[in-house]
Amino acid sequence: MALTEQEILAGIGKIINEITGIPASEVSPEKNFVDDLDIDSLSMVEIAVAAQDEFGVEIPDEQLKHLKTVKDVINFIQN
Amino acid sequence: MSTDQVRVVVTGLGATTPLGGDVASTWSALLAGQSGVRNLTEDWVDSVPVKFAAVAAVDPTEVLPRPEARRLDRAEQFALVAAREAWAHAAIDKVDPERLGVVVGSGIGGITTILAAYDTFKEKGWQRLSPYTVPMLMPNGAAGWIGIEVGARAGVHATVSACATGAESIGYAIEMIRSGRADVVVAGGTEAAIHPLNIGSFAAMRAMSTRNDAPELASRPWDKDRDGFVLGEGAGIVVLESEEHALARGAKIYAVAAGVGYSADAHHIAQPEPTGAGVMLAMRRALENSGLTGQDIKHVNAHSTSTPAGDVVETLAIKEVIGAHPLVSGTKSMTGHLLGGAGGIESVFTVLALHERIAPGTINLDNLDDGVEVDIVRGEPRKLPDGQIAAINNSFGFGGHDVAVAFTSI
Repeated sequence: MALTEQEILAGIGKIINEITGIPASEVSPEKNFVDDLDIDSLSMVEIAVAAQDEFGVEIPDEQLKHLKTVKDVINFIQN
Repeated sequence: MSTDQVRVVVTGLGATTPLGGDVASTWSALLAGQSGVRNLTEDWVDSVPVKFAAVAAVDPTEVLPRPEARRLDRAEQFALVAAREAWAHAAIDKVDPERLGVVVGSGIGGITTILAAYDTFKEKGWQRLSPYTVPMLMPNGAAGWIGIEVGARAGVHATVSACATGAESIGYAIEMIRSGRADVVVAGGTEAAIHPLNIGSFAAMRAMSTRNDAPELASRPWDKDRDGFVLGEGAGIVVLESEEHALARGAKIYAVAAGVGYSADAHHIAQPEPTGAGVMLAMRRALENSGLTGQDIKHVNAHSTSTPAGDVVETLAIKEVIGAHPLVSGTKSMTGHLLGGAGGIESVFTVLALHERIAPGTINLDNLDDGVEVDIVRGEPRKLPDGQIAAINNSFGFGGHDVAVAFTSI
């Protein structure tokens, strides 16, 4: 059964909190990883790998660079 | 005791050691003669002949936020904890970033990261390696992180000279300020090497104590029954500052970092040179570099690792260059040997000894070995004289590195 947007958001919030210390509550769909959450490219790699483990969806590097916002990641995982 | 050079002073101290998670707790445990050595309880202990070590009293992951800790090697964690303490202690409100430097090294670097990452690589593939693996394993990683933390842009350096690393870093920092490259430098050493591969490798050299039935008695510099060093971990960091800069901001000054002497044995990759010629040269140069005489030196924090080969030779060198009069302390009897961190914490101890006029004791010294003709502080700490006095911290490393750092009271 596909996960809902809320479930994915919760999972991403947990991962980002684990890796960066940013409270999960601040991780909302419209947030930009670089501009809003101050997440660097190395941490994005960590987040992508953790997301793969969590959701079973591989995020190739060429896709990762197009995922600018939390919503982008949610859409990628859902599709 | 005057020189025409820029005077460099110590305005901040930081440490996390087997005796305590900060300078105050470490220093009080040291003066109380406590041992930081304990039994290891890890699963791998059965695979190595040494079942104890001087483990850090406070695990750095308990102090650092988790997201920060996970991207730092344990040696970097120690260094950052100690650097933050030293930086806060120095209370520098404002410094030109282009006049602020860092010199912090490690003997081995991020070896636990390397080994764990290789396991990950073999078991799960490269995709599962942390993107921070490289900055965690590189021996300059601690210096880099501290440089980012304090905003140091005058230069961030990492000296690597095995067990002389911490002292060499502090020497380099003194020279950085004297040469006009910086006004303030955060300097010291760190190590986190309590891993079965390191213990096995040092044991293969027959360099470690195997006193498994009484670990707290294992580190016993100058004792007839010493049988090797005890591996420790942690970091010691100082903030050095030009006297002019420190006075201008009304800083509290703990001691003068008077000078440094370097030499090399050119003898054997791991064994001390038996006449002590290299050690003598380092101390002689430290005196010259500081404008001091042997008579000025009232205290020596000796390298004295508790190995059969090195301890006595060092005392012969001290007697030859400085004299038989200084109070000589072997603090590794309590802290164990922090390798690259040793020169860092022992410089902190040397500064505090001058500041508080007390030379730490040397525990476990039951039967003084033959040939030791200097005044070893056995057991209890002893008072240092009033007035203008000086002290030397010796650190030597595999590779034949000899470093002596001289400090004077204010």
